[in-house]
Amino acid sequence: MNTLNKNKDHIYSILQEVCDPEVPVLTILDLGIVRDIQFHEEEVEIIITPTYSGCPAMDAISVDIKLKLIEHGFKKVKVSYILSPAWTTDWMSEEGKKKLQVYGIAPPKKSTNDTRLHKMLFEEETHIECPQCHSINTKLLSQFGSTACKALYQCNDCKEPFDYFKCH
Amino acid sequence: MPLTNNTLNYTLHLADNALILGQRNGEWCAHGPILEQDIAITNITLDLIGQARNFYQNAAACLHESGDPTASEDSLAYLRTEREFKNLLICELPNGDWAQTILRQFFFSTFQLLLFEKMKHSNNEPLVAIAEKSIKETQYHVKWSSEWVIRLGDGTTESHSRITKAVDTLWMYTGEFFIPASYEMIDVASLKNEWMNKVKEVFDEATLTLPENVFMQTGGKNGAHTEHMGFILSELQYLQRVFPGAEW
Ligand SMILES: [Zn+2]
Repeated sequence: MNTLNKNKDHIYSILQEVCDPEVPVLTILDLGIVRDIQFHEEEVEIIITPTYSGCPAMDAISVDIKLKLIEHGFKKVKVSYILSPAWTTDWMSEEGKKKLQVYGIAPPKKSTNDTRLHKMLFEEETHIECPQCHSINTKLLSQFGSTACKALYQCNDCKEPFDYFKCH
Repeated sequence: MPLTNNTLNYTLHLADNALILGQRNGEWCAHGPILEQDIAITNITLDLIGQARNFYQNAAACLHESGDPTASEDSLAYLRTEREFKNLLICELPNGDWAQTILRQFFFSTFQLLLFEKMKHSNNEPLVAIAEKSIKETQYHVKWSSEWVIRLGDGTTESHSRITKAVDTLWMYTGEFFIPASYEMIDVASLKNEWMNKVKEVFDEATLTLPENVFMQTGGKNGAHTEHMGFILSELQYLQRVFPGAEW
């Protein structure tokens, strides 16, 4: 390709193929971390925002974005990070939330609905739906789960433990 | 935002706090009392290392502007010496037992949350962005560590005596939070009352007593560290010192 295809929709359709290495059913568009796409003379710049400050997946995602765009003929690709405004789970797409549930991870609730979330000690988020049997009779096992973005819950009805993608 | 030495030094201070406490907490990896809590403390560590990276990247950008193109987050973390680190003394102290680790996290995270909330309204754009990002994570750290302080203080005779001992060990290092260094851009002294109130609230519930009239240790912010600091850096920096430029 000699001239850059300066079409954002085209880039977005390519980014649709880049997945979160830790939750591979989610694309980075489902996650809501792609903030902007900019075209410079010979270069395309993808601006993403990290989910968590220390998320080790960010480095892998950045490499995957570059590889995928190079595969589609782009020669110079730059990935840059922007911290503000801070990522929130509210930016996750509805489709992404459905995919999470099918995958066995309870999707995040809307974070803006409960501003008291962090305020009460020993208070836990309740009514998290079990991705297996859909019961909301579930309990928190640990606020910190297998990765920074998840908490560990257990279903009181079917007894399955499951990850909950916690509000952020 | 014009670059001043204060911006650089203050950013490094914030980065060093997060890195050194992260390094300490990381020592718990695979040694936590139970699996879930092992994962909790190491998740908190990951958040701290992430914060440290953001601050170091910002410090490196400051150095680039002032004509040092070689500075990077790695060079700042791995190639500075003991006297150049500006972290609070409390961050570098050995972990002690679980009670001491928990109590330090509680003191530190409670302070950090107040600091970030103030920083969010400052006029330094990069620091505002990092603060905004870090607040969400730090809220989880405060909640988790507060619950553990209460659980241990209001728990068994053994747990109560351990956390009481931790209070005796750590209290003299809490004064440094609020004694400003020349480069600090946020008025930390103004956070003291609110910090004391939050600590007292949790201590009351935990049946613990706030110590009074304790001599406060200082020095870390200006590079005068405890004897523990050199040992942490030896471990943290070993690889880059022996194999300069080594990458994963
Ligand atoms: Zn179930």
